[in-house]
Amino acid sequence: MSVMEQDSARAPARASLFNDPKVRGIFFQVVLVVALGYVGYNIVDNTRINLEQQNIASGWGFLNNTAGFGIIQSLVSYSETSSYGQALYVGFLNTLLVAIVGIFVATIIGFVVGIARLSDNWVISRLAYCYVELIRNVPLLLQIFFWYFAVLRAVPGKREKWSFFFDSFHLNIAGFRGPKPIWEDGASFIGIALIIAIVACIVIAQWARKRQEATGQQFPVFWTAVGLIIGLPLITYFVTGMPMHLEHPVFVDTGPRIRQGFQLNVGFNLIPEFLALTAALSIYTASFIAEIVRAGIQAVSHGQTEAAHALGLRQSPTLRLVIIPQAMRVIIPPLTSQYLNLTKNSSLAVAIAFPDLVSVGGTVLNQTGQAIEIIGIWMAIYLTLSLVTSAFMNWYNQRMALVER
Amino acid sequence: MAKTETFQIRTEEAPLLPAPVSTTGLIGWMRQNLFSSISNTVLTVIGVIIAYWIIAPFIQFAFIDAIWTGDDRKACLPPEGSEGEHMGACWAYVEAYFPQFIYGRYPTDEIWRVNIVYALFALLLVPLAMPSMPLKKLNSILFLGVFPIVAFVLLTGGNISISSYTWIFVALIAAVGVAIAAILMVAGGRDFNGVKPVLIGFVGTAVVLAIILGFVSANLGLSTVDTPVWGGLLVTLVIAVTGIVASLPLGIALALGRRSTMPIVRLVSVIFIEFWRGVPLITVLFMSSVMLPLFLPEGVTFDKLLRVLIGVTLFSAAYMAEVVRGGLQAIPKGQYEGAMALGLRFWPMMYLIILPQALKLVIPGIVNTFIGLFKDTTLVLIVGMFDLLGQIQSSFTDPTWSTPTQGHTGYLFAAIVFFVFCFGMSRYSIFMERRLHTGHKR
Repeated sequence: MSVMEQDSARAPARASLFNDPKVRGIFFQVVLVVALGYVGYNIVDNTRINLEQQNIASGWGFLNNTAGFGIIQSLVSYSETSSYGQALYVGFLNTLLVAIVGIFVATIIGFVVGIARLSDNWVISRLAYCYVELIRNVPLLLQIFFWYFAVLRAVPGKREKWSFFFDSFHLNIAGFRGPKPIWEDGASFIGIALIIAIVACIVIAQWARKRQEATGQQFPVFWTAVGLIIGLPLITYFVTGMPMHLEHPVFVDTGPRIRQGFQLNVGFNLIPEFLALTAALSIYTASFIAEIVRAGIQAVSHGQTEAAHALGLRQSPTLRLVIIPQAMRVIIPPLTSQYLNLTKNSSLAVAIAFPDLVSVGGTVLNQTGQAIEIIGIWMAIYLTLSLVTSAFMNWYNQRMALVER
Repeated sequence: MAKTETFQIRTEEAPLLPAPVSTTGLIGWMRQNLFSSISNTVLTVIGVIIAYWIIAPFIQFAFIDAIWTGDDRKACLPPEGSEGEHMGACWAYVEAYFPQFIYGRYPTDEIWRVNIVYALFALLLVPLAMPSMPLKKLNSILFLGVFPIVAFVLLTGGNISISSYTWIFVALIAAVGVAIAAILMVAGGRDFNGVKPVLIGFVGTAVVLAIILGFVSANLGLSTVDTPVWGGLLVTLVIAVTGIVASLPLGIALALGRRSTMPIVRLVSVIFIEFWRGVPLITVLFMSSVMLPLFLPEGVTFDKLLRVLIGVTLFSAAYMAEVVRGGLQAIPKGQYEGAMALGLRFWPMMYLIILPQALKLVIPGIVNTFIGLFKDTTLVLIVGMFDLLGQIQSSFTDPTWSTPTQGHTGYLFAAIVFFVFCFGMSRYSIFMERRLHTGHKR
């Protein structure tokens, strides 16, 4: 018996189908595809039956129906008679607005705090440390609630205001108001001038780089750019006869009580929901960015600093020319995912009813019952945003990456 | 004139003088770190002002002006006539609501069950988290395998009715195992020892499932507590812990799938991972609470908590997969090649060589994922469940405790609880990172 066993064990490897990795691979993949197909088919089938029973017509026709609800903040013209599709578009633009403003502010706070964390000054570095640890260990939703319900409810009521900056900006419970530029005829020249200035800056920067590579002479690109971008539109503004004026918000504190407070649609207004959401998002994300920046700067070996000092560079050029360019390579990939997180987290707007994509979509969902379509739109849009952002940051990362032989 | 010459020869060493006051002790430290230059001094002053500006009102609010005891809102209201005074935290309100914040609306008579679950959780987690404790394997099995079932039975009351189809399904698993073993023996030419792992895998799974089902469906005399009355920290912990424990095996499978050589498996894993990572959790929660019921056949209904758990698990599995993938990529290729040279097949290689090393490496990453998930559990309040934050939010509607500072106090309490948990875990993650780092120094 044992002889038999040994024989079978020693038998030359037969071309058994069971042991052929290729065949096994194909087999498992076929099993996977069949299983997924079966699950998918069941889901589609069940959904069809369930929708039929609930009398919900699937499809995109509902997007053309009248929405019938107002949206408190919109970047494009929108009224209650607009369609569901337009409402979702408004929500999408608001999501983009929050994401862009949030990313901008979070990056600034994050870099400041991250560098402060490495400061030689004990008080400053401790403060930055406490900021990071306190903010990132408390849920974002709680922070949004805090800013919305606790901080922004403590500002003056509708009929009072706090004013700053020569009485041109005001804050009260209805939001943050300031002057709004109103463009008149001929204002488009200012825009054209701005575009020309930007193009000129790019050309000058390239010319300056080539000249420096060829001759070693430097050119004050930064100050030229500042001068061009501010100066050219300013000159155009005066030449075309000042085709712009500021519309200041109108505050009424006399007359019938119901009319008191800021007049609607006069001047520029940021609603409190927007302020709370952007504040919470940027402060929360900034605490993560600060850690990324700190880690990135620490990843540049100390020898680089010493070498720069040995070359006679002072503290500021050392940071600007030696440390930061190298640190950026470490910083950019995790920074990308923080930007994506901020964009995705902006969906928490629904908790304080800021009309972003999810919030507007939720209202549409409740009115129409088109759950699958709405959730599909949400997921498609956020996925696209994620993929676009990461594609852009990958491109930027490749440009910044170390060029090796 | 005689010249008097005086010599002074020191026969002892002069005593060592202490270093100048300005370079040692507190003053020296301050000179060096706080006032070394003008700009540094300015920074220090600004820093101290900012700190004072934040800390002073906080201490005033949380301690000095706070009300610690009281029966209702009267205790926390400013006394008649004095406008604006006594606007401190109303801790009496937190005290009155404390059971609700911890247990939700869980029946008071049954709270001991929740307490046992909390105690078991702590008893099993603490030795698991301490690297010096022995019996790690047994501990993990108890924590990841036995504890969830015991907790489930204790919290819900067990006595779940299980359809006969489920039992047939379990029997089917065992039967499939036996069938595969038989085919392997007859057609594949393997002996009994060669098919033993297959038999153990399938039949063992069936037996374990049968034991679990039997335990869950047994009537242990515990009254049933439905999940809608759960709330507070209980829901937060249930979602976070279940999410992480259930997403770990799924995440490992996805990570292996993403690094697989089989194109379809890899494609499916990549699509799954990138999809869940690309969408916000809130849409996932909406999906699980609104869309999931549409996917199920008629008559099958899921508990709301279970639906949320499924969504959270799939979501965190994608993140877990990326963490595990990082660990797999950190294992040198020689380990894979060594294992293959020893004649190990894929699963033994993964189970015996690669995963033990890779998972050890990614413990900090897993803890960080857990921290993220723990904070994200607050989102369930948007789909109408009462986790800790939801419970606090809903307590604001109670007129008995409505005071101007009720909201601030509630949020402060929530912030403290979340901070304690998350900060503790992040410290642990740093500790593990340091500990693990030493093992990989060359």
